[in-house]
Amino acid sequence: MASKITIGNAQGFWGDSPDAPANLLRQFPELDYLTLDYLAEVSLSILALQRSREPETGYARDFPEVLRSLMPLWKTGCKTRIVCNAGGLNPEACARACLKVLAEAGVSKTIGVVTGDNVLPLLQAEPGDALYRHWETGASVSTVIDRLMTANAYIGAPGVCEALDAGADIVLTGRVADPSLAVGIAMHAFGWRETDYEKLAAATVAGHVLECGTQACGGISTHWLDWPDPANMGFPYVELHADGAFTVTKPAGTGGAVNLETVKEQLLYEIGDPVNYLSPDCRVDFTALQLKPSGPNRVTVSGVAGFAPTDRYKVSATYRDGYWAQGALTIFGRDAVTKARRCGEIVLERLARAGYTYERHNIECLGANAVVAGVLPEPPLLETVLRISVADPRKEAIERFAKEIAPLVTSGPQGTTGYAGGRPKPTPVFAYWPCFVAKNQVHVQSRPIGPEGDTP
Amino acid sequence: MIAVRLGEIAHARSGDKGSGANIGVIAYTEAGYATIKSKVTVEAVVAFFAPLNPGEVRRYTLDNLGALNFVLTSVLAGGGSRSLRIDAQGKTLGQALLEMPLELEPAELALCRRPAREENAS
Repeated sequence: MASKITIGNAQGFWGDSPDAPANLLRQFPELDYLTLDYLAEVSLSILALQRSREPETGYARDFPEVLRSLMPLWKTGCKTRIVCNAGGLNPEACARACLKVLAEAGVSKTIGVVTGDNVLPLLQAEPGDALYRHWETGASVSTVIDRLMTANAYIGAPGVCEALDAGADIVLTGRVADPSLAVGIAMHAFGWRETDYEKLAAATVAGHVLECGTQACGGISTHWLDWPDPANMGFPYVELHADGAFTVTKPAGTGGAVNLETVKEQLLYEIGDPVNYLSPDCRVDFTALQLKPSGPNRVTVSGVAGFAPTDRYKVSATYRDGYWAQGALTIFGRDAVTKARRCGEIVLERLARAGYTYERHNIECLGANAVVAGVLPEPPLLETVLRISVADPRKEAIERFAKEIAPLVTSGPQGTTGYAGGRPKPTPVFAYWPCFVAKNQVHVQSRPIGPEGDTP
Repeated sequence: MIAVRLGEIAHARSGDKGSGANIGVIAYTEAGYATIKSKVTVEAVVAFFAPLNPGEVRRYTLDNLGALNFVLTSVLAGGGSRSLRIDAQGKTLGQALLEMPLELEPAELALCRRPAREENAS
C-alpha cells in the first residue's frame, strides 16, 4: 500500500485548455493520477440533446482527443492513471471512442466505466416524491415533468475506487461529485474504508482545491496581476499522504502561484456553510483545517474534520425552459450610457408594438458597472456596450427580437457601431432543477470495458 | 478616521450556488479579520447588494482562515442556467464587495493592510 500519492488536475471544466493534460504530464511525468473535470451543472442537458440526434454520443467528445495527445507520453513509459467524468450520459460510448484511440496508437490500457448516476426514470416514476422538489423553491417536479431532460445523482467515490481496484488505467464516469474523483483515488491507493470519514474529508478538500484546475494556482485570484508567467499558468497537483494530510503545489517552471492567498480563495470557492460541506462520501468541516506554507509554491493542509454523510445524493436535473437570445451594440460619444439605455428601451417598445412582450428581459450598459447594476455609481462614459437579452417560451418571439437590433445602426445615436456578429440566435434554455434522491434507490456499477466488449 | 475600500484589508472569491452565490472574504492579517468581523456584517452586505435583490444573506466565520463566507441565496436572478445577466454566475461579486466603503482609524488600517510580497509568498 502506498504511503503518499500525487493527484493532478488538468481540466477544470469542459472548454479548458486542450493542451493542459499533455503539458502537465510532460512537466511532471511522475504524476500518479490525473483527474479531468468536464461536467458543469447543465452540461448533461447539452449531452442529452447530442445523444437524441446521434445515439453513439452524449459524452465529452474532447476527451478522446485529449487521450490521443497523451499517447506519445504513455508510449515512452508514463504510467499516470486517469480518472475523469468525461463519460457524461454515455460512458460506454466514450470508452469505445477511447479504445479506438488506444488501438490506433498501439497502446494497451484498461478502461473502467462507472455508471448508475442516471436517476431520470426515478423522477419520472414518482414525480410527487418530496425529495424531488426543487430544493430552493419547493416546487414539485411534476410541474416540469414533461420538459425534464436529465436527472443525475452526484454519486461518490466507491465506484471510482472499485474501477481502480479492478486495474483500470482510465476511469470514465458520468455525474460523480467533483471532489469524489480524488476521494476514490485515495480510497484505492491507501485502502481507506467508506467509514474513514476524517480521511475521506481530507481527500474531499484536496479534490475541491483541484477540481477547477488553474484556479488553485492563481487563476481568477484577487491578486492575479502579481503572479509570474500567466501565459504558462500551472495546473495543480496534490501530494496526498495516507493519513489525509496533503500539500497543494504545481510543476516547477510553470506560471501562476500556489500560496496562502490563492489556496484560501480556492477553499472558499462555491461553498456554503463551511461546517456542513456535504459530499456523497462524507460531511466536511472546513473550519478545523490548518494551512501552512511549505516551500515555494507549496501549501500544506492538515486537520480536516469529517463526519458521516447523509442518506441521500444531491441530484442535478435539467428541464427545457423556452429560448433566449442576446444582442449587443457599441455606443460611443457624449452621454453614451443614456443613449445606450434609450436604444434598449426602443427595441423593447418596437417589439411590443409588433405584439411581442417577453417573459423576461434585461438591458445592460457594459462598462457602467452593469455586472452589479445599482450597487456602485455609474461613471460618466464615452463608450459603452449595450447588451439586450430576452427570454420567452415562444421561439418565434425570440426570432422576432433578433431582427430588431440592426435597425439601430441607422436610427440610433451617432457613434453606434459594432454590429458585426449578425443577428442574435435563439438558444434553448436548459434550466437547472436541484433536488435529492435516496441513496438506496441508486445502484452504482463499475466494470471494465475492453476491445471485445464488456470484459477485456 | 480614514475612508478606505474593503479591498485595502481583504481579498475575495465568489462563485455561483444555484440561483444564489457565495462570496468568501479573506483578511490579510489577524487585526484585519477582527475588523471585517465587526464591520462586514450581514446587514452591511444586504444593504450593499440591495439593488441586486440578494435574498436572504447568511454569514459564516472561518477563524482558521481569517475569513468570512457570505451566501446570498437568490442574488443571481435565476442562476447560471436562466439568468439574463452578463454575470449569470456571480463571478464578479467578490470584486464588487471589495469596493465596499469602510472607515478605519489610521493605526488600525496599518495593522490590516496586505503584508509585503516576500512575507505572504509561501
